[in-house]
Amino acid sequence: MSEAIGILGLTKNFGKVRALDSLDLSVEAGEVHGFLGPNGSGKTTTLRVLLGLIRADAGRVRLLGGDAWTDAVELHRRLAYVPGDVTLWPTLSGGEVIDLLGRLRGGLNPQRRSELLERFQLDPTKKCRTYSKGNRQKVALIAALASDVELFLLDEPTSGLDPLMEATFRDCVRELRDGGRTVLLSSHILSEVEALCDRVSIIRSGAVMETGSIASMRHLTRTVIQAEVRAMPAGLGEMPGVHEVVVTGNRITASVEPLGLPGLLAALGAAGITSLTSSPPTLEELFLRHYESTPR
Amino acid sequence: MSNDLRSTGNLVRLALRRDRFLLPGSVLGFAAIAASSATATAGLYPDPTSRIAAAGAVNASAAIVAMYGRIYDPTSLGALAMFKPAVFGAVALAILMVIVVIRHTRAEEESGRLELVGAGVVGRAAPLAAALIVAVSASAVIGAATAAGLLASGLPPAGSLAFGAGWAVTGVCFAGLAAVTAQVATGSRAASGLALSGVGLAYVLRAVGDLSEAGPGWLSWLSPIGWNQQVRAFAGDHWVVLALPLAAATATMAAAFVLRRRRDLGSGLLSERSGPATGRLGTPLALAWRLQGPTLAAWTIVLGLLGTVLGTIAHTVVDLLDSPGMKAIIQQLGGSQGLTDAFLAAEMGLFGTIVAAYGIVAVSRLRSEESAGHAEALLSTAVSRGRMLAAHCGVALAGVAWLLFVAGVGAGTGHGLAVGDPGQIATVAIAAIARIPAAWVLVALAVFVWGVWPRAGAGVWLAYIAFILAGEFGSLWGVPQAIMNLSPFVHSPLLPGPDQNLDGILWLTAVAGAFLASGAVAFRRRDLTP
Repeated sequence: MSEAIGILGLTKNFGKVRALDSLDLSVEAGEVHGFLGPNGSGKTTTLRVLLGLIRADAGRVRLLGGDAWTDAVELHRRLAYVPGDVTLWPTLSGGEVIDLLGRLRGGLNPQRRSELLERFQLDPTKKCRTYSKGNRQKVALIAALASDVELFLLDEPTSGLDPLMEATFRDCVRELRDGGRTVLLSSHILSEVEALCDRVSIIRSGAVMETGSIASMRHLTRTVIQAEVRAMPAGLGEMPGVHEVVVTGNRITASVEPLGLPGLLAALGAAGITSLTSSPPTLEELFLRHYESTPR
Repeated sequence: MSNDLRSTGNLVRLALRRDRFLLPGSVLGFAAIAASSATATAGLYPDPTSRIAAAGAVNASAAIVAMYGRIYDPTSLGALAMFKPAVFGAVALAILMVIVVIRHTRAEEESGRLELVGAGVVGRAAPLAAALIVAVSASAVIGAATAAGLLASGLPPAGSLAFGAGWAVTGVCFAGLAAVTAQVATGSRAASGLALSGVGLAYVLRAVGDLSEAGPGWLSWLSPIGWNQQVRAFAGDHWVVLALPLAAATATMAAAFVLRRRRDLGSGLLSERSGPATGRLGTPLALAWRLQGPTLAAWTIVLGLLGTVLGTIAHTVVDLLDSPGMKAIIQQLGGSQGLTDAFLAAEMGLFGTIVAAYGIVAVSRLRSEESAGHAEALLSTAVSRGRMLAAHCGVALAGVAWLLFVAGVGAGTGHGLAVGDPGQIATVAIAAIARIPAAWVLVALAVFVWGVWPRAGAGVWLAYIAFILAGEFGSLWGVPQAIMNLSPFVHSPLLPGPDQNLDGILWLTAVAGAFLASGAVAFRRRDLTP
């Protein structure tokens, strides 16, 4: 499978501040790739470099087989972008902005446009000045999603959307994936990334800390096990990979690394399980572990 | 204190913090210009005889009277020294006050910042009150500093005080006007445009009124800028006239507070209409035209009117010369046609300067599009930086050419009808067109500065003001000719008239081209800078 985005050693300074520090990122064609990081970690800066809006100080930035800076205009015919902070021309109507951005990109699909207006419940006749934040976001989303392009760069696209619209957005992204399009989805909303993305890159302080499928990152996380047994076996707290053991009577709660699961479950099984709940690891925990355990 | 005004003090502090360079710089600038003019004039005209001759020449020249007004006491050193700074400063102060008031009221609303502020324990009218307090205080300080500067340069105390007070109340008066337009218009650009048209109207009314002493001299009395001159500092000090701008300011400010209470945050008195559900815009140029067209239309009306009015009165300048000796001299200098031509050429220079300001405003749209994030949306589509630049640049360059053409045709038509010579339309229009390249240089300079230092747009306005000051006061202050030659305005041919040297046009166009090209190259290499 070919590479839609390939960034190697990208560095960008703003004066004395180093915004991106030798960042590597690879997005395969046809995948929905999550780009996770807290505020100010460099997500938007990376996207701006990808779009040729700002220039890399060092590193190689390729997308769709071209150079992000020198081939910017030609590449932009093949991609659509939703900025993180959507500002629209206050005197133009929403419909005018959607059509303008679509035409400048090389045309948009009118059927898809009206279908998206319907699905996102946007009134296109209002002046942009009067739109709420969520409605401005919808304008940018519709302008992007109605274009027939290969790559979608979405910077925190659901900020300001209500839960219903968020669900609509997720449906749209799934349709894009089914249609073989590539999506780079920057976000700090972990459930969104978890629900949509094939692979995830975690960025922190301008560098990608970890890239992989969500499944492959589970090793960083712990499953929370709650169980009731007939007779509590001794020494569970000393088992490798088993942490935070709390025993009250014949109830036990513990958080368990993947490597500790077989041992613990065997021991509990031998003790006669009467009830068992296991909570799967979430990306929140994965995130926390990155930021708490590896101070930089 | 009423609840409506709660937290005004905090907002005043916020405004002063934001204007911490603009306001002190303005105080120094106004005081320094006034004081240096006074000192320089005292050196040039040490005795009453020389002053009477100079004042006589000023009052005899219609072009000068239209531009700056009359000298009401030919023996007075102060009146001679300050007749130019008086009107120049009044207009500049009026513009400054419009900027200050709109910046802290309507522009804050539009940006959404006032929503954040208004959610605090802040009275509904507090932002307006704070903006007016800042504007009125700034006017007062500028007036006081100016009076002190004039006093220090040796002018009489009463006149110095009257002059400073005249400027101060003019500033206050236009702050009141801006407070009203901030409530009426639907956005900050429209509010500034409306208020600045008021400044322009006040200037033109005064120009026409001052010219026609026998005719509608009362027109000057409709204009706050005319009031400033009728204070007649150093020429009788008519203190009573100060009451007129103060009364006007009180009325407009009261009206602004009433209007503010009647409207919602973010809306004007006119409600927002819906737009089309689908758009026809499909190119960067169409977008630039859509964004800039209304501004250009407003400028077209203003310059068309201004041109027509000044063109219509141009031929009357000869009648102003009642002394037969003077007439004889004028005849030798090229006859009454020469005098009329000199007047028209001076007006074309004025148009060129005004239209250059439009050009800078039009280019500044590039910067506001960039800082608002609109450029990001545009450039993430298949639009190159060159196309985006070319679109707004094209509007600015074509707009400048169009406005000077309109002003020239207006003036030519007015003059041609008045003297019954249709040929004048072409002559005067060509004279206006000859001013285009100088204004283009300012447009190109603005593009260059934006391309290289995107955050330094204010520098272009400083250069613009410096060029005007060099033209108006350069020789008075003894500025070396080499430095005055930096101003593009001095290189335009003085048409209509015998000046047939068109080299300046070629040079100006070449300089503009060089600035444009290097600005475009710089923009294509730099980061987009919010």
